[in-house]
Amino acid sequence: MTAPSDARLRDIFVDMLIARTQAGRLWNLQRQGQVGTVAPIDGHEATIVGAAHALDPEHDWVVPQYREPLGLRRYGPEILERFMLYNLGHPAGGHIPEPIRVLPNQIALATQIPHAVGIAWGMTLRDEPGVALAFFGDGSSSEGDFYEAGNLAGVLGAPVIMLCVNNQWAISTPVHLQTAADSFAAKAAAFGIPGVLVDGNDASAVYDAVDEARSRALAGRGPTLIEATLYRLGAHTTADDPTRYVPAEDLEAARRDDPLLRLRGYLEDRGLWDDGAQEATEVEALELLDRALDRARAEPLAPGSLLDHCYATDTPRLARQRADLTGGSER
Amino acid sequence: MSGTASDGPGGTSDLTMVQAINETLHAEMERDERVVLLGQDVARNGGVFRATEGLVEKFGDRRVVDMPISEAVIAGATVGLAIAGLVPVAEIQFLGFSYQAMHQLAGQVARLRYRTRSRFEPAITIRAPFGGGVRTPELHSDSLEGQFANIPGLKIAMPATADDAKGLLAASIREPDPVLFLEPLRGYRGIRGPVPDGEHVVPLGVARAARRGHDVVVIAWSYQVELACRAADTLRGEGLSVGVLDLRTLVPLDVEAITEAVCHCGRAVVVQESPETSGFASEIVATIVDECFWSLEAPVVRVSGYDVPYPVGRLEDLYVPDEARIIAAIRRVLDSA
Repeated sequence: MTAPSDARLRDIFVDMLIARTQAGRLWNLQRQGQVGTVAPIDGHEATIVGAAHALDPEHDWVVPQYREPLGLRRYGPEILERFMLYNLGHPAGGHIPEPIRVLPNQIALATQIPHAVGIAWGMTLRDEPGVALAFFGDGSSSEGDFYEAGNLAGVLGAPVIMLCVNNQWAISTPVHLQTAADSFAAKAAAFGIPGVLVDGNDASAVYDAVDEARSRALAGRGPTLIEATLYRLGAHTTADDPTRYVPAEDLEAARRDDPLLRLRGYLEDRGLWDDGAQEATEVEALELLDRALDRARAEPLAPGSLLDHCYATDTPRLARQRADLTGGSER
Repeated sequence: MSGTASDGPGGTSDLTMVQAINETLHAEMERDERVVLLGQDVARNGGVFRATEGLVEKFGDRRVVDMPISEAVIAGATVGLAIAGLVPVAEIQFLGFSYQAMHQLAGQVARLRYRTRSRFEPAITIRAPFGGGVRTPELHSDSLEGQFANIPGLKIAMPATADDAKGLLAASIREPDPVLFLEPLRGYRGIRGPVPDGEHVVPLGVARAARRGHDVVVIAWSYQVELACRAADTLRGEGLSVGVLDLRTLVPLDVEAITEAVCHCGRAVVVQESPETSGFASEIVATIVDECFWSLEAPVVRVSGYDVPYPVGRLEDLYVPDEARIIAAIRRVLDSA
């Protein structure tokens, strides 16, 4: 058991608050038509940020679904910069530069879990220390890839952490329509690996669970399935209206257990946080986002980008199509 | 492997297709320690067709890995292995079962370079046997190359000779983009021939003239090249000069070779094992129309399977194109005004 230090918890809270604040701004930008569809992070901050802080960015890979980027500041400012490009529909949004060990967003649910197992397996084949952590939701646990990847991870003893972010909703489908199992963590039994159930609103508990899974993996003792339970405080995405299906009283109760309120209270009790710090961090969060967005808007985009990076070098047919597209003006 | 005869260094050995594939896997694993093999029954059993025989003994069970029966994770894990800097060569035991991996092959493997703007190099080879004529159970024989050719990002190699099985497999494993390497079931032991010893790489995207002729050209790939050559040899006895163009790879497509052969003859037949509608032969015909329309002396004819699912054993010979159907198609093209 390794509880994070108070200094670490303060760092975690800063990242959580920045993520929440930036998510609010992104929501408004989407409503103004300035960015594309956004999946708000609200309610998921303790789990995503807590997990990221338990990892070693130099060695450990993060394999996200799509709700995580704002919570991955620990992996560097490039994550936000690339996420802004992504939100603007710029192809460079999918290119997270070397040597950052984060994959771009994955829209097809659970397909990233086999990738994480492959990365973890590959690291052991290359005798590299490190783990791969895959984020996915409660809904993704119904996909075949979840079972196939978990099964292979167990068989290989791969250093992978499967982190199921159970936010109670798969768009409008509640957990009881997703599974009849007692928990998602219980599914670990089918893989022959440990399953851990953790309070996803408690950043300290998530940090601890990921830290322990990481230690196990690095010691050659294989994968862990962690289920972090929390409540989706926002909509599924900007294209969703949760008032159609989320009971108002449930949401109200979940808001009283907001992970930010909880950690802020802890830090304030210890004299590590106050209104001044809160306000300064919120201002910084918006400045960071605005700067990243400005840079993303200034990123050039040539028509030939449409055809770039399909193959290492254009096939003859693609070369002909490139000439048609660009009128021979490029490359 | 047994049954081989070499005529010495710099020479050739007489190999079956499966022997050529096995030899190439040995050589490529020797050459590049990043190459890892994964698939069902590939290690202890040496593959159900023995394509991977002897590899686990030589390279160990870290590099030659028996996988759970999970096509999706066999395909999906290659993405992670490639990201980790390895060169995975995965086997899907029969191409028909790639339907169970399609979301990983089409949705992930093929798009990895594009969606990450080359941050990651998808040096991935997916080997799979396919094709009819050996009385397999359901879904073991389907020719799905046309479906895969509609997935940007993949390359598709389909050798017709033992020589090319070696040369194209070596090229596929060394290729920085994902290659679907399709091996004809009937060819594993039914096709044999001289294979160059030592280093032998056939570049992807260069077609091969299997027969030269000037009356008509038959365009084919994989085992259908063998049948087209038999048809050409039969008709030669009647004084007809029938060319056979072996495409070798569907992606990249050697448009130049197709253009040259069809413009030279003015008449063409395209042969495929897959159903007629939306098969890759349709792409070839469209290419011929684009490139050779004014040189054509007759409509181009396709010889295909029928527009039904691949049938059970007693109907198989009716479904798969054979020498007689190819000859009939050639006569039709030659009889056209």
